[in-house]
Order: sequence, then structure tokens, then C-alpha cells
Amino acid sequence: MASGTTSLPVRSTFGQTMRTDSWWAQPVAVGVGLVFFFGYLTWAAVQGEYYTFGNYLSPAYSPELFGDTPHALFGPLPTWWPAWLPWAPVLILWAPGGFRATCYYYRGAYYKAWFADPPNCSVGEPRQSYLGVWWKPATWNERSFPLIMQNMHRYFLFFALIFIVILSYDAWRALWFIDPATGEETLGLGVGTLVVTLNAILLGGYTLGCHSLRHLVGGGLDVLFDKPIRRTAHACVGCLNRRHMLWAWTSLVWVCFTDLYVRMLAMGVWTDWRIF
Amino acid sequence: MATATFKIWRGDADGGELKEYTTELTEGMVVLDAVHQIQAEQAHDMAVRWNCKAGKCGSCSAEVNGQPKLMCMTRMGDLPTDRPITVEPLKAFPLMKDLVTDVSWNYEVKKRIRPFKPRRPDFEDGSWEMHQSDVDRVQEFRKCIECYLCQDVCHVLREHHMHDEFVGPRFFVHNAALEMHPLDTEDRREDLRTSQGIGLCNITKCCTKVCPEGITITDNAIIPLKERIVDQAYDPVRKLIQLVTGR
Repeated sequence: MASGTTSLPVRSTFGQTMRTDSWWAQPVAVGVGLVFFFGYLTWAAVQGEYYTFGNYLSPAYSPELFGDTPHALFGPLPTWWPAWLPWAPVLILWAPGGFRATCYYYRGAYYKAWFADPPNCSVGEPRQSYLGVWWKPATWNERSFPLIMQNMHRYFLFFALIFIVILSYDAWRALWFIDPATGEETLGLGVGTLVVTLNAILLGGYTLGCHSLRHLVGGGLDVLFDKPIRRTAHACVGCLNRRHMLWAWTSLVWVCFTDLYVRMLAMGVWTDWRIF
Repeated sequence: MATATFKIWRGDADGGELKEYTTELTEGMVVLDAVHQIQAEQAHDMAVRWNCKAGKCGSCSAEVNGQPKLMCMTRMGDLPTDRPITVEPLKAFPLMKDLVTDVSWNYEVKKRIRPFKPRRPDFEDGSWEMHQSDVDRVQEFRKCIECYLCQDVCHVLREHHMHDEFVGPRFFVHNAALEMHPLDTEDRREDLRTSQGIGLCNITKCCTKVCPEGITITDNAIIPLKERIVDQAYDPVRKLIQLVTGR
């Protein structure tokens, strides 16, 4: 501090605040919500069954690299693949999982909700040190290892963009139903088609509103006037980015629901209603 | 006549306490009005900093019911009066007396930031060509009134007292206003990454929530600066491309 005559107030203890509102409600709700939805997705991904129903494929298994369904790209799981190792999380879900884990919105949310860093604005936190010593987790910050790796977000973004294409293809496939009598594919629309399509739209809104994408398409430049394509792209991404938190939550909830919907159909619990 | 009870911090760096005052409320009153009324009628020696009473000078920053706010913009009608309203000084800066803190650290920090360095003029008369669409982005940052509420709520300063390593949200906004300016040629990324400690910000958006000018500090200033620093220091692929293409 520049001033040598006075000292800073004593730092607060954990949870100490003069706030009179229910400041704990938001971090508790966010923390429980994140545990619930990421927990469900993790379970769904390692569970390994009931992830397809006809032309519908759960996003937790898309693209289906190995499997016994018509969606599988490379046929059955290779014999050398360890039986105890679920392929979906290892080969697929690290990318969207990493994208969300390093997302600027989620970082702020889980630092608050899970690590009380701080628990909420102007509320005392448990950590007494913020120096970033890697072998002391209680001191971690984003300037030092391991949290400095959050800067990898843009690499996960590239993979997430590929997944938007794949999930859009799944939505297209969800329009084509196989006639059990003739084996021919016919155009149709089921509730499942809408569920799978909305999943691709919501994930698209979340991914295309990414802060890193906004930077890469034009935000990193000071002058965009003479670059009309990048200027437009920057404006479009910025438009989605303004509701990034909303896209993050709706897409997360809908991914889970899409998996649940396909799972319930595959288990015979629910029946898919065909609109035409 | 309705009344409200306040608990106002009275004391200095050596110590103090919340003292209770009850005062009458009138329609349209803001917290600063109530504090002035208490000062006039009950506590003549109470120190409070204020100036414009219109939310434009940033002088009357304080913590009302634990939340950083401008006292002149906090309407009494928006606060519950069934229990005492606490008014305290900012927590991120040294206390001088009562509600007044020493914010001079901010002025010293500002001096350390590399100033605006425009490119050569575009025309012989010494003027430049700029387009509104390019200026719009930095225009938001010019709204800052330097009330330092964002500095106060930032846990890196407030709780961890890392004033020597971290300049705080206000000065990330200032950096962004300069760094993203279409005429500016200075590169402040290395300073931001090292001596100004932008990596210490963990994007909890508290600064954005308390900004009385509605500046989207985290999304429009801090995160874009973090991304520019990724370009400069944490993106090996980009480095490789630059090495190969020379651009």
C-alpha cells in the first residue's frame, strides 16, 4: 500500500458479512445444480446402456464411435479395449466437459459455489492465502499452476465447435425414421426429434456465445471497421455472449433431459409421440 | 413521521464501533440525506465524503447493509426499515475516520499504467480517421466515475489485501479503455499479466454487480484482456503460427 500511516481493516472470517439478504441462497443453488447435472451426465456416460432409440442418439454418446447400433461409426468396441473402461467419457466427453470446466461463466460460478472463493460478493471466505503455491490447493489462483491451465479454454472451444456440427447431424438423423415393415427411411417428426434438435440449438447458443470465440472472431482487434465479416461475427457472438449464463444453464439442463428422454424410450418407460 | 434506525461506523484506524442513530424519513430520501441529517442533528463530528449527490462524482461510496453502494443513489424506500440499516466505510482501503477511507492507493496505481500512445496522425493537419463502430466498444469504459466500489467488493483486495500485486477491476477497465482504443499502439499485456496481476481475478463478477454506471466490467473489460494475454503468453499454437507466417 502507498499509505504508511493507516492500515487496512482486519479481513473477514468465513461467512462474515453485514449483508442482510439471503446471500447464501444463490451459491447453494448453483453448487447443488452443478453437482446434480454434471453428476447425472457422468453417470449416464459411464453407464453404457440405453443411449439410442431408433434414429435418436443421446448427446452423451455422440458421436457413437463404437457400438452395436446403426449410429456407430466404427462398429463394435475393439476387443483390446479394457472392459472396465467406459469409452464415451474417455473418447468423447473430455472435450465438452473441458469446455464447460474452463468456461468463464462456470469458473466464476464454481469458484463461488464449490470453493467459497468468495462464497458471495462482500462475504468473508475461508482462504487466508491467495499466493498460488501449487502444492497447497488452498492458495491456488489462476496466475499459477494448475489453475493457469484454465487459459486452455480456446482449445476446448475448437472441439466444442466440432461437436455442434455432430449434434446438428444427430438432429437431422432424428428426422428420418426407419419403417419396421419395409426397412426404408421416411421423413418424420417425433417429440424426440424436437428434443434432440433443441439440444443442438441450445448447445449452439452456448458455444457460439463463448468469450474466447468472441475474442478470436474479432474481439482481439482494435479496428474492425475495414473487416466486415469479422465485425459482423463479433457482433453476433457478442449478442449471444450477453446471455452466456442463460445459455450455459439451459444447454446443460437440456443435454441431461435429452439423454433422459432417449434413455426412457430405450427402456420402454416412455413412448415417443409421432407428430407425423 | 416515519423513522429509521441506522448503525453507522464511528472510529478510525485505531478502532471504533457501530453507533446507533434514529432519524426521521422524508419522501424521496436517499441514504446520504439520512447520514447528513444525522450529522446535522446528532453527530456533528461524523466524517463523510460527498460531493455531487447525483451519482456522478463517486465520492460517497460506502457499504450499506454490507453491500458496496453510492449513498446518494441508494433510496431509503428500497431498504427495509424494520431493522437497523448499517452504513460502513469501504473495506478495501485504509480507514481515515468514520465513513471516510484513504483511496490514494488508486491514484498511485493509475500512474503506473502506460498512457495512451496514438499512432501517427492519418492526415497532415494532425487528425486521425476513426469509425464509430470501433469507438463504441471503449466508450462504455469511459463512463467510470472512479467510485471504487468495484475495488472494494473485489475479494483479492478486500479479503486478501494483495494491493502490491493486483490493480483491481477499476484499472482493468482503464487498461481496456486504452488497450482496445483504435488509435492506441501501446502494448500493456505484459504489465497486466505480471505486475498488475490480472490472473488473480477469478471472474466472480462482483465488480460488475456493484458498478453504479452499469459497466460490464468482467465480460467486456477483464475477460477480453485475459484473452489478449492468452494470445501473448499462453497459446503455443498461435505462437507457432506467428513463427511460421511471421504475422
